[in-house]
Amino acid sequence: MAKVTVDGIEVEVPSGASVLQACEAAGKEIPRFCYHERLSVAGNCRMCLVEVEKAPKPVASCSYPVADGMKVFTDTPMVRNGRRGVMEFLLINHPLDCPICDQGGECDLQDQAVAYGMDKGRYTEGKRAVKDKYVGPLIKTIMNRCIHCTRCVRFAQEVAGVPELGATGRGESMEIGTYIEKALTTELSGNLIDICPVGALTSRPYAFVARPWELARTDSVDVLDALGAPITISTRGTEILRIEPREHDDINEEWLGDRSRFSGDGLRRKRLDRPWIRRDGKLVPATWREAVGHVAATLRGQRVGALAGPTAEVEGLFALRKLLEGMGSANLDCRGDGARLDASRRDFYLFNSTIAGIDQADRIVVIGSNPRVEAPVLNARIRKRWNQGGPRVGVIGPKVDLTYPSEVIGRSPQDIAGAAEFLQGAERPMVILGRGALARADGAAVLAAAWELTRAAGGLRPDWHGFNVLHQFGGQVGALDAGFRAGLDLEAMLAGGVDALWLMAADDFDVARIPAGMFVVYQGHHGDAAAARADVILPGAAYVEKDGTYVNTEGRVQRGYLAIQPPGEAKEDWRIIRATAAGLGVPLGFDSLEELRAALLAEAPLFGRIGSAPPAGCADAAGPAAGGPLSPEAFALPITNYWQAEPISRASATMAECARTYGATQKLLAAE
Amino acid sequence: MSQDQDIPSIGGGFHATHATGKADPHQPDSFAFDAESEAQIAKIVARYPEGKQASAVIPLLYLVQRQMRRQTGSAWVPRAGMDAVAARLGMPPIRVYEVATFYLMFNTRPIGTHHLQVCGTTPCWLRGSDEVLRACKDAGELKGYGDTSADGMFTLTEVECLGGCVNAPILQVDDDYYEDLDYESTVRLIEALKRGEKPQPGSVIGRQTSAPEGGPLTLLDVPGSQGTEKV
Repeated sequence: MAKVTVDGIEVEVPSGASVLQACEAAGKEIPRFCYHERLSVAGNCRMCLVEVEKAPKPVASCSYPVADGMKVFTDTPMVRNGRRGVMEFLLINHPLDCPICDQGGECDLQDQAVAYGMDKGRYTEGKRAVKDKYVGPLIKTIMNRCIHCTRCVRFAQEVAGVPELGATGRGESMEIGTYIEKALTTELSGNLIDICPVGALTSRPYAFVARPWELARTDSVDVLDALGAPITISTRGTEILRIEPREHDDINEEWLGDRSRFSGDGLRRKRLDRPWIRRDGKLVPATWREAVGHVAATLRGQRVGALAGPTAEVEGLFALRKLLEGMGSANLDCRGDGARLDASRRDFYLFNSTIAGIDQADRIVVIGSNPRVEAPVLNARIRKRWNQGGPRVGVIGPKVDLTYPSEVIGRSPQDIAGAAEFLQGAERPMVILGRGALARADGAAVLAAAWELTRAAGGLRPDWHGFNVLHQFGGQVGALDAGFRAGLDLEAMLAGGVDALWLMAADDFDVARIPAGMFVVYQGHHGDAAAARADVILPGAAYVEKDGTYVNTEGRVQRGYLAIQPPGEAKEDWRIIRATAAGLGVPLGFDSLEELRAALLAEAPLFGRIGSAPPAGCADAAGPAAGGPLSPEAFALPITNYWQAEPISRASATMAECARTYGATQKLLAAE
Repeated sequence: MSQDQDIPSIGGGFHATHATGKADPHQPDSFAFDAESEAQIAKIVARYPEGKQASAVIPLLYLVQRQMRRQTGSAWVPRAGMDAVAARLGMPPIRVYEVATFYLMFNTRPIGTHHLQVCGTTPCWLRGSDEVLRACKDAGELKGYGDTSADGMFTLTEVECLGGCVNAPILQVDDDYYEDLDYESTVRLIEALKRGEKPQPGSVIGRQTSAPEGGPLTLLDVPGSQGTEKV
């Protein structure tokens, strides 16, 4: 530790910390452009100048290590003059186009120019002009505005793991770009918009759409992957204009995957905005009264089953479960993909090491998963760990480019036991089991084998839980936690075990498997495949349009809030079920969201622990029941098209453009 | 990134065919080191410790440029050549592009058979680099800096200080310095190059290294030195 005095305030910081960090510890704000907490230090913008006692000239605080007894001054004439000079140089080639710049209002350069800029320029020569670059369908570049901080270059290299951006040329001709025109091959490109301190890299879909001060902001939780990244939804009127990550060190740090960030336009398209009833083989519009009446009349006395979709929120599922229980027909499943999960204990289906726990892992085995597309931000976390001199990563399944070195140590479930050798000697071994690896006939056996592998490697200890299931979407764990696994499973339901099937935004299975003549209620938000098969469509709300509780893959309970009202006549999901229950004469025991949540909490107290992940460590190493023989069939990966993996992104024009740009077109599912 | 993966890198199952770079007619499709370069590479790479092979990027780019001169008569570094260096040294290609575009000694576009590099920095300019430039333009049939003559013989470039100020003005032709030039001697030099000759590099007025014109003026009494004999 080193004692440093910053403007008379004494702080203690670890030796090796930078002066800038010491200043922050003392509560002093240091202006900066190139410095970023989560990237390496470049020290090239020179904006963070401070005065250090006995130093002959101002020092760049971001790259200057502290020393014991150092005296730092952050607000002296020398510092102010130095920063003013730096600002003047930065503005030499920066265009004065703030009125037409999308960064305007949330621009570091603009803000700091207010503090350190001059009221007029002294530079009368011509400004340089730089050709704009194409770096992909999501990023708009205006390279005249670039101040060469190289944050984007470092982000691409260090976090995203795609070293494709660089600074070519020198001096006056230096340019940031890819040199060879190409779209950046990363699922994290949207983060370049956030880290660019000026308006050089801005959002292409959001170009010229709004000013930051026009936006209303609502905190929510991303459900388009299982990470459950906290997000801010920016809206104006009834429109979602953009989605940005919030900072959370234990989940997403401050990154967000492209699908989660740019699928917002999919919330406006292909929406179910009114009830429909199938009459004489054709879906016709109906009123809520007709639709709910029809559902109630048809379901009465029938054997009913329900399937939860991958992005449904806990409240709606709880209500639906109560409804079916009230009808005495609780056939509930939440595994449209057929993943043979064992819900008997919570740590059988959670990412138990926690996302932050990746930072301690020293050996990782990934089974039947490509975390790069199933959870890009989580993959970046593993990459971060690898960057710190971290773990060896072994893969059982297809060889994929994870952005960090990995070894294929097997192809099929039969290779799982052999991975024990790979994990040998590991202090904190991690086994990451993709949900896709369970969606096969021997899924239960794969689950048991992966657990056994973790146990054999010493990964199930009171202080470390190395068994991890990586889910794909934000509602999947919540559905399991909400008890959506009872009675008949989906197979049995589709085999004729029920007369009617209630699909809660469930589009993740082949609807052609639903037998003809089965009555299908589709409650959801998008006109995807399942809605086309439905007999009654009850338009529900998407995740941004309701207050809802979600549980991420590590079991962390989080709450999202309503940012906009559902479109047209669509309603929050629990209300739809409440209305149907009234039609059926089933008492649910709640009439408001508060009462619903109280009932939910009374049954499952874990939903009250908002924000916290379950305690780390494994109390009981006994594994899930073994489920038969392991097949020699190689693992296949569940997601082959990152940009169009669920109904919201399939409806998004931005995501469709990404899919086109990156080389293939997905046959879009027809909407009714 | 390894070539043997089952699934293309991006998006989980996509074929990465999205590079939209416009084809440059000059750029060759491929580049492979020839035997002469390979022999050099083995020596150069061995200079650096294991894991630090990226340090060899500049010498290897020079090798590419020399090999291109041998093979095509134009000393330049095509993109395919940079990619070959990146692959050989295990670097991301962009890191090689950065180096190759940073140093002006690497020509990223084809040049003429001879690269005339006129030093225009103060000492050379004071000693008549404008005359050297004029001679290059007249004799080489060049319009100015950046131009390549119609016959593909010469490319003219302005360079900053070449570090030979004592013998200013300097013209660097490919890898060699010609010193103490004036209009006439530059024209003679270029005419000789046109005839396919390679005049002796160095001072064109017979100056001994960097000694004063006409011979040394000091240290004349050092026994055994050339100066003593002359006096």
